[in-house]
Amino acid sequence: MTTPLWRTVFAIIRKDLRAELRSRELVSTMVLFALLSVLVFSFALELDRTARQEIVNGILWVTLVFASILGLNRSLATERELGGMDAMMISPIPRMAIYLGKMVGNFLFVLVVGLSLLPVMTILYNIVLIQIPLLAILVLGVFGLASIGTLLAAMTAQTRSRETLLPIAMLPVIIPLLLVVIAAASAVLKNEDAWGWIGVLGLVDIIYAMLGLLLFEYVIED
Amino acid sequence: MSDQLRPLIEVVDLVKQYDVLPVLRKLNLNVQRGEFVALLGPNGSGKSTLLRLLCALTRPTSGEIRIGGWSLPKEINAVRSQIGLVSHKPLFYENLTATENLTFVGRLYNIPANELSERIRQLLEEVGLLKRAHDLARTFSRGMQQRLSIARALLHQPDVLLFDEPYTGLDQMAGGILDDLLRKAHQSGRTIIMTTHQLERAETLVSRAVIIKKGVIGYDEQINPASPPNLVKIYTEVTGMVNAL
Repeated sequence: MTTPLWRTVFAIIRKDLRAELRSRELVSTMVLFALLSVLVFSFALELDRTARQEIVNGILWVTLVFASILGLNRSLATERELGGMDAMMISPIPRMAIYLGKMVGNFLFVLVVGLSLLPVMTILYNIVLIQIPLLAILVLGVFGLASIGTLLAAMTAQTRSRETLLPIAMLPVIIPLLLVVIAAASAVLKNEDAWGWIGVLGLVDIIYAMLGLLLFEYVIED
Repeated sequence: MSDQLRPLIEVVDLVKQYDVLPVLRKLNLNVQRGEFVALLGPNGSGKSTLLRLLCALTRPTSGEIRIGGWSLPKEINAVRSQIGLVSHKPLFYENLTATENLTFVGRLYNIPANELSERIRQLLEEVGLLKRAHDLARTFSRGMQQRLSIARALLHQPDVLLFDEPYTGLDQMAGGILDDLLRKAHQSGRTIIMTTHQLERAETLVSRAVIIKKGVIGYDEQINPASPPNLVKIYTEVTGMVNAL
């Protein structure tokens, strides 16, 4: 009687993509915020080439984290405000499917933000950021952000002060992810072997995704 | 007890507490197949909480709920397949069209694609939204949104329909259209439980009135449509509230 997991996951992803393509509320807000942030950083910091190389990954990921918090907040809050979450909750679907559907949608939205930042930052900071290993790090890093962020946003979306609670809940939890992402990306820019760090990043992603899969049901149930 | 005699909905000693605050206190209620029950009571009496428990949106602190012989929360997905909910929230997405919203819900209920489009067309026709099938839900008036919510709730052909304050925000005309849709749903044999503050409306629609007071049932009577009781008077007596409306 339960609707199959993957059928539900695809239905939720398709619904989120269609609604977003039509309204462009989420991605456009995130992209605009991210572009303005990197622009402000580039004007605020007068750096030589070595310093720029040291700091560019930090700027990219701090910007992505804050942009993703903006998007995650909206993505889950919309479900709560209009009762979309209730509509899913009263249907015979596995709770895991709601998590996976929302997580994949959020992953794609934040990935668009990351991909739009790379060429802009390459120009602003005069450092080539469009490289295969850096793209792999971006995909894995964004996956980690979306995995743990979807879980935490589902939790905070039920509260009145969700806008302030999500960053407070999310920032400490993603410190391990940020450390590994920065280490991996710095190794790439220094022409060192980064694949070890990329492996660790994959492991962090798996841990975050497992946490999401295991805890989501408890987070959204009353 | 045979399945024919057994109530469709059985609620036994139901308790729901939020932290230490008791909302429902050992509430008992049986609803037979085909009944149309109005759940009445002041704000905070536990009406909406009872509906949320019946559609498994929240779990009871203690007590039992059985719907169609399936028990909650053990056989939760079997129960979910039998229930349709219309709440004061629209429960759909503003940036999707009426058809897209219903298609999404149909997928959640695993309705085969070839059946789904025909069911959507029929339901939109029934609720008078066929001409607006491809319009975004955000362009709908409150009354149209509520009609789309009813189509959504009926899409998977549930036995039980739960309405939580469906008249909230509706004008007289939209309220009248909703009356007709509720009557149709009842005549089609569905079991309906509706919470409302519109007592005069309830008198003409429902087959049974239940008043909840402080988490327990304070009044429970069948309603004879030929000589409906004065629910406003009864409500005032049971709840002790002067301004029932």
